[in-house]
Amino acid sequence: MAEITYRDAVIRGIAQEMARDNDVVFLGEDVAKAGGVFKATVGLYEQFGPLRVRDTPISEQAILGAAMGAAMTGLKPIAEIMFSDFFAVCFDYIANEFPKARYMSNGQTKCPLVVRTGNGAGSRFGAQHSQSVENWCMMIPGLKVVAPSTPLDVIGLLAAAVRDPDPVIFLEHKSLYATKGEVPDGEILDTLGTAKIVRPGKDCTIIALALMVSRALAAAETLHDEHGIDCEVIDVRSLVPLDTQTILASVAKTNRLFTVEENPRLCGWGAEIVSIVADEAFYDLDGPPVRITTPHIPLPAADILEDIVLPTPGRIVDTVRRSLGS
Amino acid sequence: MSTASDRAPGAAGSGLNDDIGEDKRLALYRSQVRLRDAEQRAFDLFLQNLVKGTSHLSLGQEAIAAGFAEAMVKGDLSFCTYRGHAHTLARGVPVEKVLGELMQRDNGLMRGKGGSMHLTSEEHGVMGSYAIIGAHLPIACGAAWRAQYKGDKDVSVCFFGDGTTNIGAFHEALNFAAVWKLPVIFVCENNLYMEYTPIKDVTAVEHPAADRASAYGLERIVIDGNDADVVYRTAQKAFAKARAGEGPSLIECMTYRHSGHSRADPAKYRPEGELEKWKERDPVKIYRERLKQFGVSDDKIAEIDASVRKEVDDATEACKAAPMPPLDILTTDVYADGGWAWRN
Repeated sequence: MAEITYRDAVIRGIAQEMARDNDVVFLGEDVAKAGGVFKATVGLYEQFGPLRVRDTPISEQAILGAAMGAAMTGLKPIAEIMFSDFFAVCFDYIANEFPKARYMSNGQTKCPLVVRTGNGAGSRFGAQHSQSVENWCMMIPGLKVVAPSTPLDVIGLLAAAVRDPDPVIFLEHKSLYATKGEVPDGEILDTLGTAKIVRPGKDCTIIALALMVSRALAAAETLHDEHGIDCEVIDVRSLVPLDTQTILASVAKTNRLFTVEENPRLCGWGAEIVSIVADEAFYDLDGPPVRITTPHIPLPAADILEDIVLPTPGRIVDTVRRSLGS
Repeated sequence: MSTASDRAPGAAGSGLNDDIGEDKRLALYRSQVRLRDAEQRAFDLFLQNLVKGTSHLSLGQEAIAAGFAEAMVKGDLSFCTYRGHAHTLARGVPVEKVLGELMQRDNGLMRGKGGSMHLTSEEHGVMGSYAIIGAHLPIACGAAWRAQYKGDKDVSVCFFGDGTTNIGAFHEALNFAAVWKLPVIFVCENNLYMEYTPIKDVTAVEHPAADRASAYGLERIVIDGNDADVVYRTAQKAFAKARAGEGPSLIECMTYRHSGHSRADPAKYRPEGELEKWKERDPVKIYRERLKQFGVSDDKIAEIDASVRKEVDDATEACKAAPMPPLDILTTDVYADGGWAWRN
């Protein structure tokens, strides 16, 4: 057991899979000799060599297209897109190519690859380097979408993503890279499509993802200690496949649902979860489900502005208290 | 266009170059006739409302597909565009499988799930037909990267039209392939029109692919794309280069499509007489004359024509009799587990 950062967990996860399987290769901008702009790939080039860890030009379409061609013909590539906002310049692969090849070819074409990317706000980078784009990906049939919140989950879910036969979008949160967590020694392998109850509770269910998980947990402690509200916090971890059973079971127990989403409000993942709960567990609810999101605006750069648009523990506490009438 | 070296030297006094040999020449002819007849049939079936959706024919461009496919060996990979019927057939995919897909029947290559623009037959090395312009150039790079990494000797060949040279993915792929020295061949079929617009009206250089080659450190290659021998010889050189680990090639083949861009296009934007002029350089006609120059008998040519016609006729009847796809394939193969479940 050791305490490592989320950043080092990325390195360890990639290294674990590259050491296990020679067909795992890794490409991206500045990922090899420089070790990545977030220093989340330091040492991989030295450990696995220039044939398996490759720097690319600033050519996001070439990166994702090359990953796909390699995946179709037998490799298991991990491709890095430096900032998830850049998905917009290579979205053809994410929306049209990876997820549709198998279906259109009646099962002939395979696409076992992972796209890792730095997602999310908190770095004061402004509207084009801070977005949470999980909903861009979640809406596309054929993709899997994962967003870990802890170093342990980074390793286990990354390993599961690499071993998965489908294209997986792996969203690393930039503001979590420096955070730390306990990680056991030896191989770590998790399961896609599984949510995790990170704080059991009985009064309401709060569902969060990535950076929002720690904020939901902080809010839950305040709600418990200062207001006597016992929240169950669920880290959804995997948007596709989605672990609806864990969510529905929790709502059946607590009878109240909150989502905490970093993405702008419209078409966020929380809306889909609220819809599922409304369809399938309406009579379990004692009140309306409530979504706590970033407002529907581009993200500002200034810290004072960025800090107030993302959901905070304070906003979660206030919203839950108001909704529960406490 | 083709240069003297493409045609010379021949046997003394004959003026003919016999480097290709009779077996390969007959194969090149058969392939071109087969592509022509199959696509002409597809057009006829469209007029009968039996081919649904869209279709983009390569009538007049057959020498490129035939010339490259005949230069490939088993294991080489083809990446095609939505104008991909010819390239798919040229790798040996049965006519019935292609017509069946165009007719959206259960006997189609992908049982109707892909359609005309996405023909795929991995067992024949046809790694897909891509309907988003430029998308498959980087994908072909990836397949070539796998070959380079694994030490495999196969080459990836990526076919595309002149219009593709103006999209970003073309330039990203060319640079990427050159820097990584990948065993990939980029084949531009310049049929003079980007959909409905003359390519020269929208491109900064005369030869949209070849005139960009130097930007990626590649040789400028423009050939007569209507002469299958020229295409075949050029392809062989590029394959040899790729297999020797000497990197990519970019080849611009000058050609002309006899039909419109897609089935909805009567091609009225063409100047009068242009089509007729190019039909004089019809690749099938050129090659039939070539065979005669090499002493192939009329009977032998007629025999090939008849056997191709029979394959296309038999395929047509089989497709007309084939059932529509069953509804239960609607949700298969979204994910690798065979299904479409996105939740538990």
